[in-house]
Amino acid sequence: MEGRRSLKIVVCVRRVPDTAARIRIASDGKSIDTSDAEFVINPYEEYALEQAVQLKEKHGGEVTVVTLGPEKTTQVIMKALALGADKAVHLKVDKIPEDPGSIARAIANELKGSEFDVLLFGKKGVDDDNQQVGPMVAELLGIPCITQIVKLDVSDGRGVAHREVEGGSITVETTLPAAFTAEKDLTVPRYASLRELVAARKKPIIVKDVQLRALSLEIISVQNPPPRPPGKIVGKGVDAVPTLVKLLHEEAKVI
Amino acid sequence: MTGEVLVLAESSGPAFRKAALEAVTEGRRLADLLRVSEIVLAIGNGLKDPASELGKYGADKVILADDPLLAIFHPDYYRQIALEAIKRVNPSIILAAATSTGKDLAPRLAIHLDTAVASECTHLEMENGKLIATRPAYAGKVLLRVKVNSSPSIATLRPNVFTAREAVPGKKPTVEQIAFNRPDSRMIVKEFVTQGAKKLDLTEASVIVSGGRGMGGPQNYKILEELAEVMGGVVGASRASVDAGWRPHSDQVGQTGRTVSPMLYIAAGISGAIQHRVGMINSKVIVAINKDPEALIFGFADYGIVGDVFEVVPALTREMKAFYGKT
Ligand SMILES: Cc1cc2nc3c(=O)[nH]c(=O)nc-3n(C[C@H](O)[C@H](O)[C@H](O)COP(=O)(O)OP(=O)(O)OC[C@H]3O[C@@H](n4cnc5c(N)ncnc54)[C@H](O)[C@@H]3O)c2cc1C
Repeated sequence: MEGRRSLKIVVCVRRVPDTAARIRIASDGKSIDTSDAEFVINPYEEYALEQAVQLKEKHGGEVTVVTLGPEKTTQVIMKALALGADKAVHLKVDKIPEDPGSIARAIANELKGSEFDVLLFGKKGVDDDNQQVGPMVAELLGIPCITQIVKLDVSDGRGVAHREVEGGSITVETTLPAAFTAEKDLTVPRYASLRELVAARKKPIIVKDVQLRALSLEIISVQNPPPRPPGKIVGKGVDAVPTLVKLLHEEAKVI
Repeated sequence: MTGEVLVLAESSGPAFRKAALEAVTEGRRLADLLRVSEIVLAIGNGLKDPASELGKYGADKVILADDPLLAIFHPDYYRQIALEAIKRVNPSIILAAATSTGKDLAPRLAIHLDTAVASECTHLEMENGKLIATRPAYAGKVLLRVKVNSSPSIATLRPNVFTAREAVPGKKPTVEQIAFNRPDSRMIVKEFVTQGAKKLDLTEASVIVSGGRGMGGPQNYKILEELAEVMGGVVGASRASVDAGWRPHSDQVGQTGRTVSPMLYIAAGISGAIQHRVGMINSKVIVAINKDPEALIFGFADYGIVGDVFEVVPALTREMKAFYGKT
């Protein structure tokens, strides 16, 4: 295998409401009304996308963004293209389904038969917090997948990644093609310049309507979390410390 | 016919993870509701007395996969073992802890079994023989109740939410071995680097003392470490202090860090931004120490002290020392 060969990289990104956005339960009681939320690229996929662009800068090659989402996802796709992706595939659906398996199958169908070396995901979407799509797509494609990575090096058809786990980190080596899911500290995402934002408009976006299969995982209801009982200010400065310890022992019973 | 409840119990060294024992306890409860047996797959290397250990938490039967190559999670190895156990048991419910291992493995199993996973559940119930799971989403702003329509239903349980309870002293489950035949794999797990001297992971700690930007610099975390030490806890951090390079990312609590639910969470010099809040709001008791009486954190802390961390934290350490000395 030649020492330097250019890489085909695919990054799957998800459109999510900004994490500071107000979330309201929709009138059907089983979905979320995001009508006044701002939407962004899922933060974990910003780390993944940055990793993809850095790999391209180092090895040469091409970065394709794949996203499954509604019509309005275009705005997120433009951002990804401005951040360094070369082209995008938009798998168009009315709404992102609540079943990660259904998302994973649509993405795997798209990727089946296409050639790539590195397939990147964020470790989870900050909206539904499922943390499933990356390894599911990898299993469907029959390729290795290393999840929750904080470091990735690629050379000679191999990838070496560090996974962050409880109490430490694990180094895993794999042959390519392989999938990886990004943890927060994988990279420091860059900002897109105005020039890049303009240039993004000329990059190709392939739009495909996809059919999702019946859901295996279904939301039956959405509730507000129970409110925490109101807290109290114990006092000011060091004088309050003995009272705090007493309360933790006698009232809260946690010590 | 309803199948059994199968729990995947991971280990760390010779012992089971606390989160795994929590899952075994919850599995027992579901098995009783369904009037089926609880079978636990014990995976690891050199496990100490796995049968009686898991029996205490309710296992009727233990399937044991103990091999040097299973000491550290390898997706292909663990997947093979889990699928073998599932084939033998034919479960209707599969539970695992929502650890880095459980969250990696569960979706893979779901693909192979053509079913679905409810992730990071905080509550489980049975309704007409179906598993209904409650799980937080949208940064904890809502709770979703979800149903897995296919069988087996898989759920991963958020650590520290369910209680590991020794219920059946002296119970001796039957033991069945799975011989591990290493499958071909394109992945090589090379090494496990432990992070400092920290014994407990944030997600498993029952006391967390977290510091934010208000700590002023990396050297000042010493006072938090001293407090944590006295209380048998560990130190966490806000994103501001992680991004400043004061603390490693593995210490970060919040939306893009760890989700924790200790008995006691002490936030020192942390303002209480929504993205921090989601990571710790399920702590049983929250204490805030902040010099700004208007800080957001006082809005959801159970107990607050308005004051300077450099005065209050050392005083609290002294007071805790005295308290633990007495009892
Ligand atoms: C997509 C996204 C994801 C994010 N994820 C996370 C996450 O996972 N975790 C996280 O924590 N944040 C996260 N954030 C960042 C979050 O919005 C806040 O910026 C961050 O939590 C602030 O950290 P802090 O409270 O330490 O700092 P600040 O907000 O600066 O607060 C410092 C506090 O310290 C107090 N203080 C200062 N000096 C003293 C003193 N001597 N004694 C007592 N009090 C003092 C101040 O009054 C203040 O309240 C995320 C943001 C985004 C946009």
